[in-house]
Amino acid sequence: MTTPNLVYERPEAFTDTPTHYCPGCTHGVAHRLVAEVLEEMNIMDKTIGVAPVGCAVFAYNYFDVDFVEAPHGRAPAMATGIKRVLPDRVVFTYQGDGDLASIGMGEIVHAAARGENLTVIFINNANFGMTGGQMAPTTLPGMKTSSSQNGRDVETQGYPIKVSEMLSTLEGVGYCVRRSLHDPKNIRLAKKAIRMAFESQVRGLGFSMVELLSTCPTNWGMTPVNSLKFIEEHMVPAYPLGDYKVSDAIKQIKI
Amino acid sequence: MTKELWKGNEAIAEAAVRAGLEAYFGYPITPQTEVLEYLSRRMPELGRAFVQAESELGAVNMVYGAACTGVRVMSSSSSPGVSLMMEGLSYIAGTEVPAVLVNVMRGGPGLGNIAPAQSDYNQAVHGGGHGDYPRIVLAPASVQEAIDLTVLSFDLAEKYRMICMLILDGAIGQMMEPAEMPEMKPVQRKDFDWATNGTMGKRDRRLLTSIYLNPLDEEQTNLRLFNRWKEVQASEVRYKEYFIEDAEIVIVGFGTAGRVALSAVRAAREQGIKVGLLRPITVSPFPTERLDQLTGQARAFLVTEMNTGQMLNDVQLAVRGRVPVEFYGRPGGVVPFPDEILGEIKRIISAPATVDTDARDAWLTRMTQHA
Repeated sequence: MTTPNLVYERPEAFTDTPTHYCPGCTHGVAHRLVAEVLEEMNIMDKTIGVAPVGCAVFAYNYFDVDFVEAPHGRAPAMATGIKRVLPDRVVFTYQGDGDLASIGMGEIVHAAARGENLTVIFINNANFGMTGGQMAPTTLPGMKTSSSQNGRDVETQGYPIKVSEMLSTLEGVGYCVRRSLHDPKNIRLAKKAIRMAFESQVRGLGFSMVELLSTCPTNWGMTPVNSLKFIEEHMVPAYPLGDYKVSDAIKQIKI
Repeated sequence: MTKELWKGNEAIAEAAVRAGLEAYFGYPITPQTEVLEYLSRRMPELGRAFVQAESELGAVNMVYGAACTGVRVMSSSSSPGVSLMMEGLSYIAGTEVPAVLVNVMRGGPGLGNIAPAQSDYNQAVHGGGHGDYPRIVLAPASVQEAIDLTVLSFDLAEKYRMICMLILDGAIGQMMEPAEMPEMKPVQRKDFDWATNGTMGKRDRRLLTSIYLNPLDEEQTNLRLFNRWKEVQASEVRYKEYFIEDAEIVIVGFGTAGRVALSAVRAAREQGIKVGLLRPITVSPFPTERLDQLTGQARAFLVTEMNTGQMLNDVQLAVRGRVPVEFYGRPGGVVPFPDEILGEIKRIISAPATVDTDARDAWLTRMTQHA
């Protein structure tokens, strides 16, 4: 029931399905921000989502829009196929860092390079969540995971990939920013960025991606609160927040 | 329409366009590349989607995405590239969306070579991607048939919500023959009740996925796919017979191997030998029933393939040891000459095998001795 004092409710772009995410995980926050933006822009009817393989594999259960479920890492290719035949629809992928930055690196780089007019929500929580917390390309040096049990050794396991920095070098990219979900201020900034990404897509202004630093309390072995602190103290220094590319046309968008 | 001179690969591309192809995604690989090149100019000129993907993985997943919207979509590749596409094919099969894939086969395994081969029969018909799924596989033996089967493949894929593959060897992709194109068919978007193309405020949301986390649901999906396959088996078996009426020896060959065998059959007939040819057009579903009937008439079968005997197993399953099944193959990208097959026909007459002869072993021995 709506009451005059209602200040917070479930976005209409959500189904009634409760999410399967672990307590303290910021996937739920990221989902909500996307749902709020779809609703505010009134584009749910023409939106088609592409779910990844990873913790967000069931994202399609939560958004009340058409959805497809991609093979691991291939969401940008599937999204390309959809958008090319239905250019007036809004197409977005929602991908984690194992999906996007490891197995799907080829697909994301080339979708960005082609300037595919779609939106990518990229969740960076520095590990493969669904399979139980293995090392991802984004795992911080020295960070312990179930497949880097003594901490990621850069000599043998390489260095983290900074996806936003990398993709922002490509001409086809219109909008590429990194935000964080570790406190209310940053969550508000994240929502604004997601809005900009979708606004740029509906104007046909090229590839847009919002990278979101996210928690994984279960696999990090931390409380939800300590996970948020971990983002602030360790993730943000390694993955600086900011606008990596905002094309001149997108800078003109006023929300 | 009149006949024009068409190159196999370009003929397939144009036939797909005329069948209402709305999107093509591909990657260069010999001996298939002309399909990609042709469509790179033809599709944009019609305002239709064309993307040269970053890889065959990218291409097949673009096909998957477009297929989910219900449009006519295809890709093409050659053997090593098709191996890369197997991930996508399995997902497309599991999601039950229609898609067309052309494999212009070359010699393998590995990088192999770029010469005509039929080495991917098992991959197309029996194997391929992971999981339990059937798929329709068509095998043209001429440029005209490649055109006709390309058009048919879109209808079959849509009708059965299934992958329809065309397998042809590089020879048919590369050669030019007089052929007649069908009329240009206007693109008609069908209102499929499963397509994820945006609700547009007119319906509930839809989901297309290949996930069935509950094993009982996945089991039901497997059963649904194979019940649908029974319909395909009952309605879609296609083959062509030549000189079969009084044939005592029946050759079975598809694609170019079948075509070369036909020349051998004609030569043998001139010498009074009662030999005929059954050329499967659908290698999946396989003309098992017809071969079963012919077992009552033939005293021997000869399977000819451009591989080491892949379709041979399907023929043996149909014949079930009642009469000898012999084999002659040229793998590795070698195309047999009609004389070689004529020689095999004569050998079968002069030194017939028994039902206990292992056809592949005997062939291997003969091939090794000749070398």
